[in-house]
Amino acid sequence: MSKRVGMEVSLAVSEAVKMAGVDVVAAYPITPQTHIVESLSELIAEGELDAEYVCVESEHSAMSACLGSSAAGARTFTSTAGQGLELMHEVVYVAASMRLPIVMAVANRALSAPLSVWGDHSDVMAVRDTGWIQIFCENGQEAYDLTIWAFRCAEDKRVLFPVMVNLDGFHLTHVVEPVILEDKEKIQKYLPPNKYPLPLDPRKPVTMGAFGPPNIYTEARKAQEMAFESTLPVIKETLDEFGKEFGRKYNLIEKYKADDADTLLLTMGSFSQTAMEAIDRLRANGEKVGLIRIRLWRPFPFEDFRKAVKGAKVLAVLDRAVSFGGPIGPVASEVRSALYSLNDRPFIASFIGGLGGRDIYPEQFIYMIKRAKELASSGKHIEYEMIGVRE
Amino acid sequence: MQKTWKNLEIGNIIKEPGSAREYKTGDWRSQRPEWNEEKCIKCGACYLYCPEAAIRMNEEGHPEVDLYFCKGCGICSRECWTGCFKMIPEDEAKKTG
Repeated sequence: MSKRVGMEVSLAVSEAVKMAGVDVVAAYPITPQTHIVESLSELIAEGELDAEYVCVESEHSAMSACLGSSAAGARTFTSTAGQGLELMHEVVYVAASMRLPIVMAVANRALSAPLSVWGDHSDVMAVRDTGWIQIFCENGQEAYDLTIWAFRCAEDKRVLFPVMVNLDGFHLTHVVEPVILEDKEKIQKYLPPNKYPLPLDPRKPVTMGAFGPPNIYTEARKAQEMAFESTLPVIKETLDEFGKEFGRKYNLIEKYKADDADTLLLTMGSFSQTAMEAIDRLRANGEKVGLIRIRLWRPFPFEDFRKAVKGAKVLAVLDRAVSFGGPIGPVASEVRSALYSLNDRPFIASFIGGLGGRDIYPEQFIYMIKRAKELASSGKHIEYEMIGVRE
Repeated sequence: MQKTWKNLEIGNIIKEPGSAREYKTGDWRSQRPEWNEEKCIKCGACYLYCPEAAIRMNEEGHPEVDLYFCKGCGICSRECWTGCFKMIPEDEAKKTG
């Protein structure tokens, strides 16, 4: 039987990794991800999880070790955050291009300088184009569920791409929440053993990660992009299967009171839960407002997104990262591109906030909605506004 | 036949050994060595010095350049005792056939 327990969200993630029967964990501790790999190393040391824990000297080595173990057909997990993700950056690309189904939990953290261990989305935005499937969690249950799902999805022979499970540093990793832990038998039924099609095997040698001269590189890139786009239906299918098996349904784009709304707020990650509070307050005043949450960031679910915002007049987007010298926040920029081809599209107002661990309160979400409406009705165009900054 | 994006293995894995042989490396050459039989003393210096092993000695003891791999570095021409290799521009060589 499944059981509902109060636990730190980081521990819920390592519990999910344990239940997935992972073969190899190669990771380097970094705040705010440390509790995940710390508890995994304990589980392995105590014999509760039969896996290899590879102690490495850096995140660059952690991801490199993951490439090797995943290429050999082992179920592989790692976790990192902030600067750690940036240090492993070049190898993050290799994992996706080599089509290795590694699962990585990223405890989203701000980037230096100034040095900050607290949460925002700067780290994941810097690896946006690496070719990983990138999904966002909003609470502890989702972090547990989506970690299990990540292995199921990554290892599906129609997918074979690495999956990054994003959970906000501290706001999620360090809080204690009630989490429903599922039965091992049920998880094993949902998650069959990993069968990589062409693993490293001395009886059947292959070359992996070979040299790609100009006469083949373009074809390799096109093949990767086409394969990546075609994972969308499989991502949906495996999430639906998860819903059927465990009773919790996840969508690529999540909606909250959005169907008849003329003004929509858009968020990604754990701040969505605060945003819902703001929506409830405005709804109580009779305002037609709703919330759209991007769950799947890569590959971007364009069709689902366009459907979700259809009919809305104003869209207020919150970003938790700055694109220096760029147009607007990275999420707002993506959303603007997604809607550009439509004749009937909402006015987009871009807001940046929640940087380096700064909270955003329901009142500030209410302000964003009001400000977005104001900008839309005045027809005034501003690039973006920073929320909660002292002027 | 050259592969299209549709028939690459997953993750560009290569299953056949020795596939690097299919990669023609002579096509970035800007000069090629032209050999003069009359001056050749069959010493084999060109064969020994060629860094790419693109020169082999035939049954008569004469050098033969494999233009599939020759990069046109000119070392054979420099090292030849009798000066029987002359480097000529690639576009000129292509014009005269």
